[in-house]
Amino acid sequence: MRRLWDDVLVMFGRAPKKPAQITERAQQIHFHKKATDKGEQKALREKMHAEALKSHKWRNRRWATLLFANLLFTVSFYFDIQILEGALTASRFIGFHLIDLNSALQVMLAHKHIIVNLIIGTATVFVLWLLFGGRSFCSWVCPYHLLAEFAEKIHVRLVAMKLVSSEQNINRSLRTVFWVVFALLAVVTGYTVFESISPTGIVSRALIYGPSLALLWVLALLVFEVFFVRRAWCRYACPIGLTYGVVGIFSPLRIKYKLEGCFHEGDCRKVCLVPHVLETVIKGRAADTEVAIGPDCTRCGLCVDACPTGSLSFEVKGLSKLL
Amino acid sequence: MSDQPVPPKAAKPPPSKERQRQARRRFLRTVLLTGGVMGAALSGWLPIAYAQRPRLRPPGALDEHEFLSSCIKCGQCVQVCPVAAIKLADLVDGFGVGVPFIDAREQACDFSCDAVQCILACPTGSLTYDKPKYMPTREGAALAGKPILIAKEKDAEPTLNLRERMGVARLVRPETCLAVKGKGFKGQARGPAFEGQMRYMKVDRWKPIKVADHPYDVAECDLCVRECPIKGAISIETTFAPDGSKRKQPVVHEPCVGCGVCEMICPVEPAAIVIEPREVWKT
Repeated sequence: MRRLWDDVLVMFGRAPKKPAQITERAQQIHFHKKATDKGEQKALREKMHAEALKSHKWRNRRWATLLFANLLFTVSFYFDIQILEGALTASRFIGFHLIDLNSALQVMLAHKHIIVNLIIGTATVFVLWLLFGGRSFCSWVCPYHLLAEFAEKIHVRLVAMKLVSSEQNINRSLRTVFWVVFALLAVVTGYTVFESISPTGIVSRALIYGPSLALLWVLALLVFEVFFVRRAWCRYACPIGLTYGVVGIFSPLRIKYKLEGCFHEGDCRKVCLVPHVLETVIKGRAADTEVAIGPDCTRCGLCVDACPTGSLSFEVKGLSKLL
Repeated sequence: MSDQPVPPKAAKPPPSKERQRQARRRFLRTVLLTGGVMGAALSGWLPIAYAQRPRLRPPGALDEHEFLSSCIKCGQCVQVCPVAAIKLADLVDGFGVGVPFIDAREQACDFSCDAVQCILACPTGSLTYDKPKYMPTREGAALAGKPILIAKEKDAEPTLNLRERMGVARLVRPETCLAVKGKGFKGQARGPAFEGQMRYMKVDRWKPIKVADHPYDVAECDLCVRECPIKGAISIETTFAPDGSKRKQPVVHEPCVGCGVCEMICPVEPAAIVIEPREVWKT
């Protein structure tokens, strides 16, 4: 419980801390790893790397899901087959209301009048992402996330070529500040201010209803991410991510870290959108032999693909016990 | 932040040049991101404040401010419209980006859906049959009675479930109006290239066709009256010109809901009759 609370605070912007308590079994493993002969460890590591397949399994599945979900909107409208009507902000899946949690929140705060359909749609989506892991929305559905992934690739390459400076992290609390500011702005002005700049909404509508000038704003964000700050919007700004992150606190679907086989090389943290959730993989940090990754994790699976030892995997809490 | 090594607590050496440079960069980038996001977000207010002319909103829309606050910008109304009259506003509308509007001259709402489908599709009640009691109705915005749709006049339920008007039609350029000039009209109302569609009951009740595919030949132009979908909303009346001579002209009546069909069909350029969006009925 204590650890979960720490993870929640980290999501809101606090820097991850070393765990206050480490279980006895985990302490033994940490100790054992220190004691193991360095040469022996290196040999084993190289063997594992040689055997590990360069896998993009989860990335490919995720991209396929993301494209499928977004293009289903487009196809549904273009051919008028009425399977998934609307846009990501609010839609109907074969008649059932689905409403994006952050958009719903903005509308409720600005409009201060809530109708039944809005509640139904919001509740459905809440339950959906409660089951599927909160910020999974970000990496598995949000179309801006995919664009930002490409921008990130360019950014990383430019950094490698020393054309742009490497990461200069912005304080992650900024996202929490934005969340509060946009909530207040909605209440005070009575306009859904955030919705007018939400790249998720803009890109989603552009995919369905055709390109718009609003894409220029999205382009500006991507340029900023390519040349200045890696994944700036998703990491330090987007209130949608925080809203879904809060849902993810209670979600049974998450990434599980197994301490035992890990060589603490940090490949996972290099590919991660939110590396602060993976501090636990640093040598000596894991508080237990198995650690569930915190709610800010987008469950994108890049770390699962990257890990040569299989120490990171998807887990549904309680399901493994049931089976 | 998390990646920065924690400086030792005991003795604090002055930060290195590199560290100072990093801190400065981080600060600048934070300012740039914050400024950019807040600037972009708040600039959305300018088009609202300086809007010259209100947009024509789909039928059943709440009053403008309420409409903008409640619309979730999903475009479900766009998807159900059989004549594609509803469009989503772009960046230039500020907070109104992604919010539906109708450009009546390009494509008016002709109620060919019969049941005001866009209202049915709206998930947030921005478009609504029944607006909440606490929201006031502007004087003259409410229709005296439910509008009768001529197309289904013979049906058991001939009315549209619409309580407030979208706007009011007005003959703003009587001097160019063909009816006023006593002229007829022959040909395609808006020329061969016009993409707008309309439901013609005589052609097909359920399938709107292009206006360009439905040429007219009338001795005295009465296209606006002929195509108006609402019963008793407009008629050709004999009036007196300023010089005292008699002339004919279209006259708009109270049942006008402001759908814009008259504006779309008007064959002169620019249209002699237009919709004043959000206008109320004044006696």
